[in-house]
Amino acid sequence: MNLVLTEEQRELRDTVRSFLVAASPLPDVRRAAESESGYDPAVYRRLNGELGLAGLIVPQEYGGAGAGYAELAIVLEETGAALLPGPFLATALATILLTELGDKELLPDIAAGTTVATVALDGDRALNGAEADVVLMVDGARVRAVRGGGRTPLTTLDPTRRQARVESVAGEAVASSEAGMERVRDLFAVAVAAEQLGVLRASLDAIVAYSRIRVAFGRLIGSYQGVKHKLADMHCKLEQAESIVRNAAWAADEAPGELPLAAALAQAYVGRACFEVARDSLLLHGGIGFTWEHDAHLYYKRAKSDEVLLGPPRIHRARLADLLEL
Amino acid sequence: MDLEEYRRRARSWLEANARRSRDEDDPGADGVAAAKAFMADLYDAGYSGISWPAEWGGQGLSQAEERAFAEEAKDFTLPTYVFSIGLGMCGPTLVDLGTPGQKARHLRPLLRGEEIWCQLFSEPGAGSDVAALQTRATETEDGWVVSGQKVWTSVAQHADWGLLLTRTDVDVPKHKGLSMFVVDMHAPGVTVRPLRDMTGRAHFNEIFFDDVHIPAENLVGRVNDGWNCAVTTLLHERLSISSGVGMGGQKDNPVAFEALRHTVDTGDHLVRDQLVELYIRSRALALFNQRLAQETKAGMFPGARGSAAKLLLAELSMFQADLATSLAGPEAVAYEDDGRLAGSISLAPALSLGGGTNEIMRNIIGDRVLNLPPEPRVDKTVPFKDLKTGTRQ
Ligand SMILES: Cc1cc2nc3c(=O)[nH]c(=O)nc-3n(C[C@H](O)[C@H](O)[C@H](O)COP(=O)(O)OP(=O)(O)OC[C@H]3O[C@@H](n4cnc5c(N)ncnc54)[C@H](O)[C@@H]3O)c2cc1C
Repeated sequence: MNLVLTEEQRELRDTVRSFLVAASPLPDVRRAAESESGYDPAVYRRLNGELGLAGLIVPQEYGGAGAGYAELAIVLEETGAALLPGPFLATALATILLTELGDKELLPDIAAGTTVATVALDGDRALNGAEADVVLMVDGARVRAVRGGGRTPLTTLDPTRRQARVESVAGEAVASSEAGMERVRDLFAVAVAAEQLGVLRASLDAIVAYSRIRVAFGRLIGSYQGVKHKLADMHCKLEQAESIVRNAAWAADEAPGELPLAAALAQAYVGRACFEVARDSLLLHGGIGFTWEHDAHLYYKRAKSDEVLLGPPRIHRARLADLLEL
Repeated sequence: MDLEEYRRRARSWLEANARRSRDEDDPGADGVAAAKAFMADLYDAGYSGISWPAEWGGQGLSQAEERAFAEEAKDFTLPTYVFSIGLGMCGPTLVDLGTPGQKARHLRPLLRGEEIWCQLFSEPGAGSDVAALQTRATETEDGWVVSGQKVWTSVAQHADWGLLLTRTDVDVPKHKGLSMFVVDMHAPGVTVRPLRDMTGRAHFNEIFFDDVHIPAENLVGRVNDGWNCAVTTLLHERLSISSGVGMGGQKDNPVAFEALRHTVDTGDHLVRDQLVELYIRSRALALFNQRLAQETKAGMFPGARGSAAKLLLAELSMFQADLATSLAGPEAVAYEDDGRLAGSISLAPALSLGGGTNEIMRNIIGDRVLNLPPEPRVDKTVPFKDLKTGTRQ
């Protein structure tokens, strides 16, 4: 079991982190989110070009870097922390599906960053469904790739990530495997948990920084135990969430038998922890936290949207109960 | 040998040797003799002092092996309770700060289970605020004379040696006038009185020192540098509690997930979900502890983050005993059998108090891990003799 980043993994994390800090700071995130497409294609061109992130887990023979899920988790943690708008997660989920069991035809264009793909998660609702060139529609064990067809944008709680309803038109069959789809769903759980870990970390960092500069009653608010102790509890959640995500990503790469339990745990724990920390971070900011201008609500809304992205949270707990044979 | 292989070997040794039963509470003379015999076996097999330096009787391996063994041991019952203070706190402090003479004299007998240790920090007026302690050590021609009272001292009724924190200067602020000693618990003037705790048994004691002579060579660290020594002990304490080093194991813990799943009605959806919650919390903490172990192995010292693990363990212990008794219902609190659930709910608060309270852990995480601004303090600059301490009417 590997729960600590290697030297190269730390480098990957630092590279992605400093890129996002420079290329997509939160004011830019807001501007991009309000634009026509909801994201900045220039950022994606560099993300996919200079950093090669679109092809991160795509096997080398299809033009990717052939990296593992541990690396994907590291990147998703950073894109999550930066609240990167646009189809990064959507395409990552589609890539997982196609790399694991689809036919590989679409992969080279995805790896090159020229095709934006997404997955319809429950029936016809897809992250970034309106912007995607290809939607993978899942019907039980069968998956087909749909191009074109009607796409109806939905209004989303999270202003930094769009969703759409996708018309179920005929498409090309790309996969059919029951066991394969089970594993893919577990991998989705790990991917989303990695993003949640990033959101959790960033919203905790934000309130820790604020509590070092905001004064009330002649003292910095971070010196009040009512604030400090809450932040300590939030830190405990971060420590556990990170451990759970690293374990799940390790299982995805190295221990397929352990993946189902590790993935269900990741959603059950990290999804909740992320929302709780984002919520408390917002609350501890005081009135400013309730404003549109402040970023606290962006973390809060992403956290809630992610918590229910793969279904109501109770399904992860029910899956844990089943896997544990309770 | 890689860590997985080490783990496997440890596990097979435990499977062959760790079946002896534990009476963790007050083992009595027979229990202590059995515990000592077990420690001797553990030592001979190379599993005592795993991360301690080889020249003082340890195995010279890393914290990662130490933690790996402790994790494997959680599935068994080891009668090591009376040694937990020595192994987790006093010994590691001597490894870090002891003189060569102290190491040579004390570490091997500790690891072999020949001598039992206790930690004499808390006093009636100084627990969380241990630097406010009053027990005085006064220098004499050939050493020191100690007078005062300690309290809540675990396993002192069985102890041969104690790690003692005293005041050696009252004219300086409280953190600057403390000194640490090794004290012989059988020395004239030491009185140990077991205290009955809320479980009805005696886990801890009160200790009276009446002009107890301590030889000069028993000073640990430098005179008036006792606070830094105490911080070393407390860091070890939190890490050892959270990782389970020197702790007795979980095998026969009737309120842990593995036990509960067999004793409660999982046909009921509400019960199932409560067990899922227990699984989530237990697994989350176990993985955090494993990550700390792997970081340590990779050369990153967890430091104050050990307080997060200690806090989480205290909360988990309370949560699971609470849950188990609630799930069982009335029979948990009125019984004809050995009353294990009642025993668990009675013992549960111990971990939230001993080794520093949950509030103190949160202060430490806030101050040292998150670097939050400190609270305003009135006690850091005043000479100790002018400071308010203890309980005031
Ligand atoms: C089972 C058990 C075993 C023990 N074993 C040992 C042992 O072997 N050796 C030893 O030396 N001691 C031992 N102790 C003592 C233990 O370390 C103390 O009880 C503990 O540190 C609390 O100190 P106190 O009892 O004086 O409580 P107090 O310090 O009086 O605390 C009372 C309350 O005030 C809170 N409080 C105090 N200061 C602050 C602050 N700055 N911020 C917020 N809240 C605060 C505390 O959290 C607590 O809720 C043991 C205790 C127990 C229960």
